[in-house]
Amino acid sequence: MTDNSVQRRTQPHPSPTRRTIVGAGLGAAAAELLSGCGSPVATGLFGLAPPSDKLTYWNLFSGGDGANMAKMEKVYERSHPSIDLSATTLSWGTPYYTKLALATAGGAPPDVGIVHLSRLDTFVEAGLLTPFPADELTAFGMPATNFTPRAAQKATVDGQLHAIPLDTHPFVMYYNIPVCRKAGLLDADDNLKPIHGPAELTAALLAAKKVTGHYGGVVAVIGDPATNLRYFSTLYYQAGGTYIADAGQKITIDNDKAAQVLTFMRNLTKSGLMPATINDAGVLSLFSTGKAGFLFDGEWDIPTYRATPLNGKFNVVPIPHIFGPKPVAYADSHSFVIPRNSAMDKNRRAMVLTFIKTMLENSLIWAGGGHVPAWTPVRDSAAFKALKPQANYVAAAETAMYDPPAWYSGAGSDFENIIGAAVANSQSGVSSASSAVGQMWSGLRPYADAKAPVG
Amino acid sequence: MATTVIDDGLPVAVPDSGSPLRTQRSGENRAGWLLSAPFIVFYLIFLIGPALYGILMSFFNTTSVKSGLGAAVGLANYREVLTSSAFWGSMGHTLWFTVLTTPPLVILAFVFAILAERIRRGRALVRFIFFAPFVMPVTSVTMIFGWLFTAQIGLFPKWLSDIGISPPNFLGTTGWSFITVALLTVWWTVGFNFVLFLAGLQEIPTEVYEAAAIDGSTPRKTMWSITMPLLRPTIVLVTMLQILASLQIFNQMYLMTGGGPGTSTRPVMEFIYDYGFSDYRAGYAAAATMVYFVIVLVVSLVWFVLRRQTRKTVGA
Repeated sequence: MTDNSVQRRTQPHPSPTRRTIVGAGLGAAAAELLSGCGSPVATGLFGLAPPSDKLTYWNLFSGGDGANMAKMEKVYERSHPSIDLSATTLSWGTPYYTKLALATAGGAPPDVGIVHLSRLDTFVEAGLLTPFPADELTAFGMPATNFTPRAAQKATVDGQLHAIPLDTHPFVMYYNIPVCRKAGLLDADDNLKPIHGPAELTAALLAAKKVTGHYGGVVAVIGDPATNLRYFSTLYYQAGGTYIADAGQKITIDNDKAAQVLTFMRNLTKSGLMPATINDAGVLSLFSTGKAGFLFDGEWDIPTYRATPLNGKFNVVPIPHIFGPKPVAYADSHSFVIPRNSAMDKNRRAMVLTFIKTMLENSLIWAGGGHVPAWTPVRDSAAFKALKPQANYVAAAETAMYDPPAWYSGAGSDFENIIGAAVANSQSGVSSASSAVGQMWSGLRPYADAKAPVG
Repeated sequence: MATTVIDDGLPVAVPDSGSPLRTQRSGENRAGWLLSAPFIVFYLIFLIGPALYGILMSFFNTTSVKSGLGAAVGLANYREVLTSSAFWGSMGHTLWFTVLTTPPLVILAFVFAILAERIRRGRALVRFIFFAPFVMPVTSVTMIFGWLFTAQIGLFPKWLSDIGISPPNFLGTTGWSFITVALLTVWWTVGFNFVLFLAGLQEIPTEVYEAAAIDGSTPRKTMWSITMPLLRPTIVLVTMLQILASLQIFNQMYLMTGGGPGTSTRPVMEFIYDYGFSDYRAGYAAAATMVYFVIVLVVSLVWFVLRRQTRKTVGA
């Protein structure tokens, strides 16, 4: 804060101790540099190449995903004992992307990192990533045909693959098996009978509500803009709606379709089929105690519900086809990227590609967290097909729709917060459908009008 | 946190025009420059240089992740900042935080200093206790308070529930988030002001108190007529330093609430951080910084004027 001297009583002229402070600072900095030969500090300051047997990997996985990723890293370390894998987990969302982008721009990126495909375009436009030429991928046994087509397509920017997809993680529908059985919504094998269109979904929720005595279904409304965005986007994309075009410079929201979807969602909360003001903790409590028959959420929460008494009594399927001509699932994908790096040479790149390949081959471990592997040899394997409920919603990965590309969109972005907040206002009844649509427009307007920082 | 450099305002001796003195002075001058050269070099490289570059950037569409200044945009960045409700909103959050923290940090520090000054035994221990939190790093402080205030399992919510009060959502609502971070800040930084007041109190000669006691002054009258007026320069100094420090709020807010819920507690420094680094809009963030700089500058000028008046009346 301040280094104001407080010794006035003994000395008429306060003696600034700035020199000693600077001296001490220099000493500390020098000590750090000396002890850190080959450290990121030395790499960053002097452009020194990191030791050739060290592989740095940044990701943003904590919780169940973090544990699964650590298991996969263990597998890699066991099969490549001579390589020192240094994996760093940073805070999810914007803090992670800020660090990854600035580290790359500053010339000290990790050798390999994780990027959500919804964030990929901005990274490519900023020139922060290196592409994967098709022949290189083939040489390392990872041809583009071995990936879920939608994910590979989203990973392709300017005609070149810039990311290697690890998974697709769609927004899905959970259902409570005993509740739905009692409500007559299941077939002989305890699988949910197909639901199609708004009327059938409403009827199913009503039937479930009669059984639970509380709610038919539940979705987080308060304090979780991302879930609001995913829920709305699933139905809005089904209806054929779009948000933005021209890399975010133009807003293309279809007011009628958006209002139609918001009205449908609001009717579910207004009629009491679903709670109108509920946060994540409330959602967990309601669905895990059988007070709601259905849950709309990401598949990554499967491990969370496995840890509740509901374990073994719920199943997961894609969100039903409610609007439009064909089913659509809102999803995102985790993917591996190689940041632009002057210290990257052929050998290092080969090491990174081998690492990625090992991760993909072991992505059955990753699927344990609920995700659909993007690597088709694993996804089509008997072992994955036996993995329930994950195998139920492979179709959602095939019909996945992502956040539209823009410098302000993608996982955890301002775009998600703006749309999500408007949807929450509509669902909780604070705003009418049309005024929520207006909030989307006015929220996105400053971003669309601003001169894009990249692209 | 940024460093606030305070000019101590002591009068500089006017150089005599006599010739032997002049050569002596010029020699002193050279030595002075040489001795301060290391600092001046650092100051130019790490403070003046970046500041000038920041002013330049604010007229360009500069991107944090690409080298170069980018396209010139004239005053467009400034126009966007000045008309941005998000910017003025965050400016308002910073001001609200300043309003919440400055009075307690000045008044409590003053009261503690008066009390600590009267203690006869264990004075050093008391001073240490009040100053100790200040030496803790902000990350540790926010982590401790995060655990104390967290819903359901935190110590404070538990205490409140134990005595039958349903605890507010300390970090989940806008209003309480401000108060929570303000409480943390008071506990953490009151020691610094406390030390300044203590130093000011020790500067008051004991003879004045003795004279007042002989004249039969009551403790209250002594406080109002002797301590307060003689401490006035310190009070002004502490208040202004505190306003400047509170206007720079970033760390605690960023670590405790992340500016949330939503952006409803985001201080202006975090606004600049968000736009400059997360959104890569370095040029725009530089323009926002300049606007913020002007506002802080105005506050500093107010202090400058107040300080001159204080010196005149006190005659120091």
